Amino acid sequence: MEIYLDNSATTRVRNEIINDIVMVITENYGNPSSLHHKGFKAEKILNYSREMIARLLKCSPEEIYFTSGGTESNNLAIRGYLKANRRKGNHIITTAIEHPSVSNTFLDLKKDGYNVDILPVNPMGYVNIDDIKRIITEETALISIMMVNNEIGTIEPIKEISAIAKEKGVALHVDAVQGFGKLDFDVKEYGIDMLSLSGHKIYGLKGSGALYVGRDIKIAPILTGGGQERDIRSGTENMPGIIALGKAAELLFGKIDENARFMYELKKKLVDELKELDGWSINGPGLNEAAPHILNISFSGIRGEVLVHSLEEYGIYVSTGSACSSKHHSESPVLKALGLKPNAIQGAIRISFSIFNTEEEVVKAAEAIKKIVPELRKYTRR
Amino acid sequence: MIYLDNAATTKVAPEVLKEMVSYYEEHYGNPSSIYYFSAACRDAIDNARQKVARAIKARPSEIFFTSGGSEADNWALKGIASALKYKGNHIITTSIEHHAVLNVARFLEGSGFRVTYLPVDKYGMVDPDDIKRAISKDTILISIMYANNEVGTVEPIREIGRIAHENGIYLHTDAVQAAGHIPIDVNEDMIDLLSISAHKFYGPKGIGALYIREGTEIYPLIHGGGQERNRRAGTENVPGIVGMGCAIELALKGFDDENERIIYLRDRMIDKIFSSISGVKLNGHPEKRLPGIINICIDGVSGDTLLLNLDMAGIYASSGSACTSGSLEPSHVLLAMGLTEEEARSSIRFSLGRYNEIEEIYEAVEKLAELVGRLRNS
Ligand SMILES: Cc1ncc(COP(=O)(O)O)c(C=O)c1O
Ligand SMILES: Cc1ncc(COP(=O)(O)O)c(C=O)c1O
Repeated sequence: MEIYLDNSATTRVRNEIINDIVMVITENYGNPSSLHHKGFKAEKILNYSREMIARLLKCSPEEIYFTSGGTESNNLAIRGYLKANRRKGNHIITTAIEHPSVSNTFLDLKKDGYNVDILPVNPMGYVNIDDIKRIITEETALISIMMVNNEIGTIEPIKEISAIAKEKGVALHVDAVQGFGKLDFDVKEYGIDMLSLSGHKIYGLKGSGALYVGRDIKIAPILTGGGQERDIRSGTENMPGIIALGKAAELLFGKIDENARFMYELKKKLVDELKELDGWSINGPGLNEAAPHILNISFSGIRGEVLVHSLEEYGIYVSTGSACSSKHHSESPVLKALGLKPNAIQGAIRISFSIFNTEEEVVKAAEAIKKIVPELRKYTRR
Repeated sequence: MIYLDNAATTKVAPEVLKEMVSYYEEHYGNPSSIYYFSAACRDAIDNARQKVARAIKARPSEIFFTSGGSEADNWALKGIASALKYKGNHIITTSIEHHAVLNVARFLEGSGFRVTYLPVDKYGMVDPDDIKRAISKDTILISIMYANNEVGTVEPIREIGRIAHENGIYLHTDAVQAAGHIPIDVNEDMIDLLSISAHKFYGPKGIGALYIREGTEIYPLIHGGGQERNRRAGTENVPGIVGMGCAIELALKGFDDENERIIYLRDRMIDKIFSSISGVKLNGHPEKRLPGIINICIDGVSGDTLLLNLDMAGIYASSGSACTSGSLEPSHVLLAMGLTEEEARSSIRFSLGRYNEIEEIYEAVEKLAELVGRLRNS
């Protein structure tokens, strides 16, 4: 049996939407730009998905642009905004715990001459509002900050940050790839100007995502061509990805709090079950303050990577950090930014839940951990 | 329903869909994850990469998956421009490219690059001598489509490749309409970069690839995680990639038979159109053309009105590329071939594919003739 507890890396496609995907492939295969009936039908599907996402974000469908995923959304928001608003200044702000699709874009912009400030975080992964107040200047054009950290689940104080940004006339981009569909929020009330989301983190398809761009925000495209997505994102639309994203959003509507409660319970259960084991601690805000689906734990005296592989033998899948960096043996920049000691960083694993996990699976995972960790400790040379 | 718009997009082959579905439900891991569960996804990606490489005679390490043809085109032009701006600022392309190339070229003009838009002859063919004349010491890239999406003309890429090579200039070709339909050999043709898109050869939408010859200097377009060997960030569209690999393999397998059949259908359609409708002209090259595309100019009839009527009769065709068919502008391709605005506005494209039957062709032409007659009399 397989127990998949790596839902921050990616999720299994929901059963309920597979038929819709297949329909788009077999029946409604038109190109949405075509002027004939087949094209109109495809366009309708596009609009439906746009509405479903807008409903979850509490914005207007015209503010949603489809992309090839969270990475492209982040690239498009940051580069696109700066390209369209050159006169706003050349100072840009982000944090030390962003996903590489944000942090590497910032690094690249630095090479282009942008003045980049990277905010530190406290040991729980939170940015300090006063830091932002202190470094923001007349030259600041953009702040990019994630809603939920993908490794430790910290939920950043977006509302407070947006208040400062608004006051100073600075645009705010939020990478909500781990927050969309997991937390209930209202983009307008939060004062977010641009927001990235990704389909495969909410039981949709890999290679699909969207960017919310507030009505009064101007961005320039990074992909030009046929003029799809109202000239903001050219390229024939990924129809299977888009229908899956729309359906996934529809199925989460009205269920977010209930789902969160369920995943918090799974997380609590796991932590309770591990109580008998010693030598471990939770990284980041931990149980109820972190996002419902993410739990990051350091085990003393072992390497997270070894634990991941040992758990795999039990058919249990967890990870050491973000999927994109887990192939490289470098230390997690996120855990480093928390100020963790090298040992704690090496001994960390991330367990991430979905609404389809069960209490039974969690108990089994805890049992496996309780069995493996002491063994590994015993046989690890120091 | 008669679907004759296969150049806009094709229906996914059932064999392709079948392979894709298991990557929704079963092999859903993230290819970057370290555990064995995700190995199936990594293997599937490698496998698809090999199939795509084989189809154009490239090495698997030279294939980079993208979100489609548009991204591949954008990446090729912008990526080369950024990487080589220290060498020069001149780019050569044609006036009949898809907008995914043309609009990028225009964008680059706005950021300090000089672009030459080569003319074409009345068949939509580029003259290699024009390229030789256009080359300067500042030229860093030549981007010329393999085959045109509106009229189907196949460009003399091999000759162009030789010229580019002799002058030490990279050649990019937008092969979105050609790949999976006619044989391509990046080495024989001396191509350095080549764009393809799966939904044009019975694969899914939203997946494509850029072939980048080993050693080519190019800058990434999308930054982030280390996917696609640090060149194209973003969690891989695994089902899409699998679908693309499967689709191109199928296309390759059935190549000769399928082309023979589609050419047969196409020629029957052309014959039938010419014998039943007067004042018709074929746009594009009479021989050097893609198997499936027919572009015709019908005197005295508005293409848009005709398409609308065909649509109501359940026959789906188009006035050119899908992306621009929403605009009322006459086709830039037809204008570049020397057609008048009126002729361009009277032109429509039928594009035939794997799933068309001879009965459909005859029925479509019958309806077409009837509609043309009615529209001309009104
Ligand atoms: C916080 C965060 N941002 C961005 C991404 C990238 O999204 P995608 O995988 O759709 O490219 C991810 C996941 O990989 C993520 O966790
Ligand atoms: C010649 C050509 N280039 C590029 C494209 C764009 O590819 P995609 O639809 O995958 O973005 C198309 C089709 O739309 C095309 O016909």
